[in-house]
Amino acid sequence: MAMPLAEDLRARERIKLQEIWETAPGIYGWFATVDHKRIGVRYLCTAFFFLLLGGCEALMMRLQLAQPNLRLLSPDAYNQLFSMHGITMIFLYALPMLSGFSNFLWPLLLGSRDMAFPRLNALSYWIYLCAGIFLYVSFPLGQAPNGGWFNYVPMTAKPYDPGLNIDVFTLGIIFLGISTVVGSANFIVTVLRCRAPGMSINRLPILVWGTLTASTANLFAVPAVSLACFMLWLDRNFGTNFFAVSGGGQPLLWQHLFWVFGHPWVYALVLPAMGIVSDALPVFCRRPLVGYTLVAISTVSTMLVGFGVWVHHMFATGLPALSLSFFSAASFVIAIPSAIGVFCWIATIWTGRPRFDSPFLFFAGFVLLFVIGGVSGFMTASVALDWQLTDTYFIVAHIHYVLLGMNVFPVVGGIHFWFPKFTGRMLDERLGKWTFWVMFVGFNLAFFPMHILGLIGMPRRVYTYPGGLGFGGYNLVISIGAFIFATGVLLLLVNVARSLRSGAAAGPNPWDAPTLEWSVPSPPPPYNFVSIPIIASRHPLWEDRLNETDERSILGSDVLLDEGKETLAVTALDAEPDAIMTMPGDSLLPVILALGMSVVFGGMLVVNWWAVSVGAVGVAITLLAWFTPRVSGGAERQAING
Amino acid sequence: MKRRSAVAGVSLLLGGCDGTPLGYLDPAGPAARAIAGLGWGLIAISAAVCLIVLGLLSYAIGRERPPDSGALGGGSDRKAIRWIAVGTGISTVFLLGAAIWTLWAVRSVTNATTPPGLIIDVTGHQWWWEAHYRSNDPSREFTTANDLVIPVGVPVQVNLHSSDVIHSFWVPRLAGKTDTIPGVTNRTRIQAEREGIYRGQCTEFCGLEHAHMAFFVVAKNPGDFNTWWDHQLQSTTVDAANRGEQVFLDKCAACHAIRGTPAGGILGPNLSHFGSRTTIGAGALPNNSENLAYWIDHTQTVKPGSNMPSLDLPADQVAAVTAFLEGLK
Repeated sequence: MAMPLAEDLRARERIKLQEIWETAPGIYGWFATVDHKRIGVRYLCTAFFFLLLGGCEALMMRLQLAQPNLRLLSPDAYNQLFSMHGITMIFLYALPMLSGFSNFLWPLLLGSRDMAFPRLNALSYWIYLCAGIFLYVSFPLGQAPNGGWFNYVPMTAKPYDPGLNIDVFTLGIIFLGISTVVGSANFIVTVLRCRAPGMSINRLPILVWGTLTASTANLFAVPAVSLACFMLWLDRNFGTNFFAVSGGGQPLLWQHLFWVFGHPWVYALVLPAMGIVSDALPVFCRRPLVGYTLVAISTVSTMLVGFGVWVHHMFATGLPALSLSFFSAASFVIAIPSAIGVFCWIATIWTGRPRFDSPFLFFAGFVLLFVIGGVSGFMTASVALDWQLTDTYFIVAHIHYVLLGMNVFPVVGGIHFWFPKFTGRMLDERLGKWTFWVMFVGFNLAFFPMHILGLIGMPRRVYTYPGGLGFGGYNLVISIGAFIFATGVLLLLVNVARSLRSGAAAGPNPWDAPTLEWSVPSPPPPYNFVSIPIIASRHPLWEDRLNETDERSILGSDVLLDEGKETLAVTALDAEPDAIMTMPGDSLLPVILALGMSVVFGGMLVVNWWAVSVGAVGVAITLLAWFTPRVSGGAERQAING
Repeated sequence: MKRRSAVAGVSLLLGGCDGTPLGYLDPAGPAARAIAGLGWGLIAISAAVCLIVLGLLSYAIGRERPPDSGALGGGSDRKAIRWIAVGTGISTVFLLGAAIWTLWAVRSVTNATTPPGLIIDVTGHQWWWEAHYRSNDPSREFTTANDLVIPVGVPVQVNLHSSDVIHSFWVPRLAGKTDTIPGVTNRTRIQAEREGIYRGQCTEFCGLEHAHMAFFVVAKNPGDFNTWWDHQLQSTTVDAANRGEQVFLDKCAACHAIRGTPAGGILGPNLSHFGSRTTIGAGALPNNSENLAYWIDHTQTVKPGSNMPSLDLPADQVAAVTAFLEGLK
């Protein structure tokens, strides 16, 4: 039986662990850190920066579309802007943002000292950054991707798009895909192995369920788009004919491969965000989530069905009615787990005692936006109706209610919620409430009228539209709404900047929340936990007050693991202690490997084999160094019990 | 009666048919009509769901509660979960209903039993539409562009082709979208219930001028339609004295064709009987002399990126060729 430690012993432990776990200072440490919290914050900041870039692109488009027949942007500029807006938001903002939350929070939520593969974690970030830069450096040169984020062939084949634009897209997406895949593998192994003893799978926070589900899906989905992009790159540069009709290829093959990836990806962008709500909303309702098991099962089943609906993006391609009907039915079925989630959130508020702090506003707002995005999805699931809706502004409305309503609102709510944990300081509550209302009003003003525009037939992806079709008034309202929404985002930035300078100190648990991350100081020390916690319920910090069982979690156990950079490995389902893992220290290998890969992809872009070879040799040498076994301290110690 | 007025109210919000020529909830053909009914039904369900959730959420947030004792927890989940089961059950029934209604609509759109009264081959080009009217008598076949004239009440089969990239053929008030895909021939069916001009639009992003790739379906009564067809078959006569025609043959004929003249270009739209068309440049401008004269010299201003260069002709040549083309009724 573990006994609580005396305070002075604990203070000495802290100093000892700090020395073991702390990242080296200075520039070296900045590049070499493998601390999941620093990597998580980097993910959050980088993704937010891309959100701002994508937002500016959107505002430029909204100026152009505010009235009929405006000529502020050339068609070419508009096409690059809307393509980069989609690529930025979907690839460079939405998933990396959630990865940021999960990177920072997972080990803290799970009671571990780090992710399973800290260097892989760093690699995943550096590749993401390099791929983002790779996609963006072409913008000032006027060669940014211009075929939409969906990049349909043959419009993106060499004869119709001879510039570098599409090669930037294909190679950039393959490059970024490496980051996603290694990140996903890391999350999966982390949840299977790096938990506190007693954190069995029925005690995982829903955010962990969401990210686990999304990561598993990514392992299956991302290869499809990487393959498609590689085939297109070959078609464009080496005359293969995967998609070229003249050589016996099939343009529709691209659409199948792209949407086999694309639809599960959309769920990967919302399930972790829904997890944020499922974990954080109950804190402000002063009760546990209603229907934990239902929500966890809904999360997983949404993703399973999500792999069988991709053809609903292709209802107008002339496929046989029978197969369309199958995918239409599957698209209706996927609404059921979503409905369960919505009812669980409402029941949590209903039976709880809501406290109207700013995060609550974002989460409650999310529930409504989720339903609006859900029912517009229900309408597009109907194959016959979709023949009219598809490729109109109705779909633009739908995807923005999904991706802003279900991703951005939970994310901004999550920032308000976890900012104290990230930084040790509170955000300003009054400004937070203003941020919510400005964003909420701006969002609905910008995106609700798009439903109507779609129903009166405005096609999407047009750089202008004629007068006399009834579009002008709605578009003006939409543009005004977009700028109001942007003001809300600015308010958030102001709040963050002010709080970083002079925010109130947060303390370990400002919201009186139940999960493990709130048991450690804010911001958490490099080693996360002085001693490995031993978990007995889903709400370790609420156990005494909920009094659901007699068992109690032990947060100050005597499992110290202070003889090296070590954390505990547990069995996959029941979280029995299994082994002690020695974790790697600071390393420059991840950043070097990412740079080597950048050289390879840059060489492939300009088809320069010298550059590709130099980069490939660099990558090979780095990998050799990476896989060289560590000589000392690598032996796994015997499993401990109890 | 109540439902009718609700529909009328929403119709007002969505604009009347005059103000919104692409509004498919105001159908003018059987396929669009089957879908519009489904559309109104699903909109009603969706709106009801949003309102119910808004109500539940508002009540859940604002309902009266006993004074706060600072305690945690809301009791057992069991009762709440029973309500969640009821809500999910009701949702499932509506989803099932919507799925069945959808399948019925798909069947009524795709299961056409009557043979088509007319077959048109439509080819999508960057960024205009070519239409070839089929006939059992090869001498009665002809090619035109950007305007499809069809007889009222007759089901018309449209065979869809593409000469370059993927486009999508859409006449919202008559039928849903069908893509034109290179290497594949898709089919769709349009039928107009009454005379009128129905705007169509490319709806698959197809490059620089996707925004200016409209077309028009002109529905005439069958008698007028037959007259129109006969008229289309009449060739323009070569007239060396017609200055405009000479300019056309000199400057335009490499890309454009006019039946009866040596002009046989196939890169751009066939301009036979151009004077009777609705618009210039696939919806870029309404068709009149003034616009045509402007278009000829400022193509790249009106439709930047289109394959037609701004010709920069002397004013008298512009005037002559404009008069010639507008005269081709």
